[in-house]
Amino acid sequence: MIGEWLDIGWVDEIPVRGSRTVQVAGGDDIAVFRTAEGKVFALLDRCPHKHGRLSQGIVHGGAVACPLHNWRISLSTGEALGDDKGCTPTVPVKIDGGRVLICRASTLKAAA
Amino acid sequence: MEHRPLKPGADTREHLVVIGNGMAGCRAVEELLARDPNRYRVTIFGAEPRVNYNRIMLSPVLAGEKSFDDIVINDADWYAANGIALVAGDPVVAIDRAAKTVTTRDGMSESYDRLLIATGSDPFIIPVPGKDLPGVIAFRDMDDVDTMLAAADAGGDAVVIGGGLLGLEAAHGLSLRGMKVTVIHLMPTLMERQLDEAAGWLLKQALEARGQTILTGADTAEIIGDGKVEGVKLKDGTLIPASLVVMAVGIRPSVALARDAGLAVGRGIQVDDHMVTSDPAVLAVGECVEHDGQVYGLVAPLWDMCRCLADGLVEQPSGYRGSVTSTKLKVSGIDVFSAGDFSGGDGCEDIVLRDASRGVYKRVIVKDDRIVGAVLYGDTADGSWYFDLLKKQDDVSELRDMLIFGQSFASGGGAADPKAAVAALSDDAEICGCNGVTKGQVVSCIAKGAHSLDAVRGTCKASASCGSCTGLVENLLALTLGDEVQAGPKTMCKCTSFSHDDVRREIVAQDMRSIPEVMQQLHWTTPDGCSSCRPALNYYLLCALPGDYVDDQQSRFVNERLHANIQKDGTYSVVPRMWGGLTNPTELRAIADVVEKYDAPMVKVTGGQRLDIFGIKKEDLPAVWADLNAAGMVSGHAYGKALRTVKTCVGSEWCRFGTQDSTGLGVKIERMSWGSWMPHKFKIAVSGCPRNCAEATIKDFGIVCVDSGYELHVGGNGGIHVRATDLLCKVATEEEAMDYCAAFIQLYREEARYLERTAPWIERVGVDYIKSRIADDNTGREALRARFLYAQSFSQDDPWAQRAEGAEREHHAPMARFTPQEEMA
Repeated sequence: MIGEWLDIGWVDEIPVRGSRTVQVAGGDDIAVFRTAEGKVFALLDRCPHKHGRLSQGIVHGGAVACPLHNWRISLSTGEALGDDKGCTPTVPVKIDGGRVLICRASTLKAAA
Repeated sequence: MEHRPLKPGADTREHLVVIGNGMAGCRAVEELLARDPNRYRVTIFGAEPRVNYNRIMLSPVLAGEKSFDDIVINDADWYAANGIALVAGDPVVAIDRAAKTVTTRDGMSESYDRLLIATGSDPFIIPVPGKDLPGVIAFRDMDDVDTMLAAADAGGDAVVIGGGLLGLEAAHGLSLRGMKVTVIHLMPTLMERQLDEAAGWLLKQALEARGQTILTGADTAEIIGDGKVEGVKLKDGTLIPASLVVMAVGIRPSVALARDAGLAVGRGIQVDDHMVTSDPAVLAVGECVEHDGQVYGLVAPLWDMCRCLADGLVEQPSGYRGSVTSTKLKVSGIDVFSAGDFSGGDGCEDIVLRDASRGVYKRVIVKDDRIVGAVLYGDTADGSWYFDLLKKQDDVSELRDMLIFGQSFASGGGAADPKAAVAALSDDAEICGCNGVTKGQVVSCIAKGAHSLDAVRGTCKASASCGSCTGLVENLLALTLGDEVQAGPKTMCKCTSFSHDDVRREIVAQDMRSIPEVMQQLHWTTPDGCSSCRPALNYYLLCALPGDYVDDQQSRFVNERLHANIQKDGTYSVVPRMWGGLTNPTELRAIADVVEKYDAPMVKVTGGQRLDIFGIKKEDLPAVWADLNAAGMVSGHAYGKALRTVKTCVGSEWCRFGTQDSTGLGVKIERMSWGSWMPHKFKIAVSGCPRNCAEATIKDFGIVCVDSGYELHVGGNGGIHVRATDLLCKVATEEEAMDYCAAFIQLYREEARYLERTAPWIERVGVDYIKSRIADDNTGREALRARFLYAQSFSQDDPWAQRAEGAEREHHAPMARFTPQEEMA
């Protein structure tokens, strides 16, 4: 499947207010989130703080709380919210006919 | 409808042919006529044998509120008066762009100078078996309404597939016509495109209260029936009888004609800012087009497009720039409104107002001092105001504090400060609607010494019931006292003005049964809470409704969701339960095998006398558990706000000092209390003599055996702040020790705040209170114990066994794997 976008599965496979991961061979996982309002976001599965797995955090509003130290990370920009400073690489996502597509180039770059 | 002769005669004007006699096609012609009535000779082809009618008013026709004549937009006289030839009931089936002609199904051919395609959209029919059975219809045109009306006359059951705007209108209409209606919706909440979770939940409650059955998260497997529809079968096996099935799962731009003609088609017919397709002689407008990557299914963008199209046709091009859409509808008398982007996200602030007594939920989303979205439920009076501010992108920073109260309040008297607004209220203005308390009464109660929110609630009752006037009371406190306001008990989190105790009390008092319900009834200021309140609410509901409440996995911390402890490298540690700290060769072998098989880098004996296996990958957890289950071991809950371990010493069976069978008692207590969810982690120990080798006096519940019986200790902690236990009482028998233990755990479960260990809880309420409930009140203790055992009857399913059998697989398996090298091969 050579192309700009990687088809990773159906939107419904991601729990609402939850997350799934995409394993990238030789690199870090990509975490794919689905908010209460059905928006899908993808980020490198690594908190800018102590590298916690963001995919395991609690999703609320447009943010996820890191499971290690409760940093809140914006799903749309990857930036830490509140007083914390740091940023996790984001991966563009699009939905097409119920399928979730993530940007191939950004995935490789983020996971490298 | 007769076919009018289409003789051009001496008319030498350019001929505009319109394919589509619907809302877009006719509106475009109306806009054109308004600009230059004589410029074009116009012919309209329509598939339906009718004049142009207002399709969005089909719902009131179905509901019996309007007749077809009421919803006609342009009657036959309009076509005649404007010299428009109408060919109705004979659809165009082909376009020849080279010859510039169109051909109808009946074979009529017509030439054009400019062609306008306004074919609208087609209902999407989900490809399930039985979709073609008689009695399965869409909800798109007057014929569908006629079919529904005929079915309703016969009575019986109807199923509507699709809980979006159209589906709910169909369901409402059929329900009013006397049918028993079930709505099947694939997504977890209704109208998820237009409403957020909170509003969708409110809508579901209201529709159910009006007699409809709403199944969310329901996936249709097939439509069954012999020769005609008889029912709908869901993927989970549920069978719903139905003599009518309405598919309202969505629409697709109707593009077949354009595609066959070789026009550029994406999701819709692609047009530029002037509604011109890839062929300069062919235009397109309405739901069938794709403009700048967007397709629209609402009426407002269509009006915008028609204006720009007409401007282009009279050579005064304006250019369409896309539309911001809003949805306003009334279902079963419930007003709902949404506009713009309400998905939140970076830099967005939510302003939320919930008024449970009026059934109102309002949410305005602000970014960079501008409104970007709004969701209103129950009171949509200010929808157009918000939508106007949104479209104009007005700076709302001046209005911000008042915005959510609506236009009349926010613009009233230029009072841009909530305190000033409250100050401006008269003394007899009602502050608390629930308890009928006026501003004067609140102020006088503050003047008499009620210097905190709690004190006001306790004296004049203002904001003591639903809490929606909390903000007003706080402003009155600030206004009356300045800086002397005393802070009340800490609120649960930033999402609410209620404390943990308030929330728990109200959950029980109002019999609330779900997280969205609590958030609505208690006026949460965020749409779906935060990582502090969601786990707390989940626990409080679980505790209040044993066996009844469906645990919300997404409101649990990762360790409780994955039933293992996350470590700093993202792997997990696994602790199998060893009852009372006892083990045997089978268990030890199984643990050793797991360590080798899954390459666990470390095994450690824990402080609670268990073995902790480190470095297990998330994907391997179910397999590890299956192996441990096979050796008879279950989850040790070392990850949970739950009973952790019962630590024991060897006791009278082996020890020369032992006074009682401390190991045996420890095992019995662990068997009784394992699996129970609690406000925080909970540790127990049983020591066989006062030498206390099991360290029972730094546990949440500790038993120290003595010759004459059992000393029961509570509230110990060996953490950051070491706290020795308080002696609760002494009992004579093992049975009593276990009964008291069960009662104490239940008291802690019911009354401690979430994330409050027993030590701070007891410091807060006092050990005398605990004694009065456990040691001194036999009836009360027995009731607590009974409630604990009842709750336990639902919680002693090994979560590991369920996961090992494949439950909630998605928590463990990656969604996809991506190997760059493979891709290159």
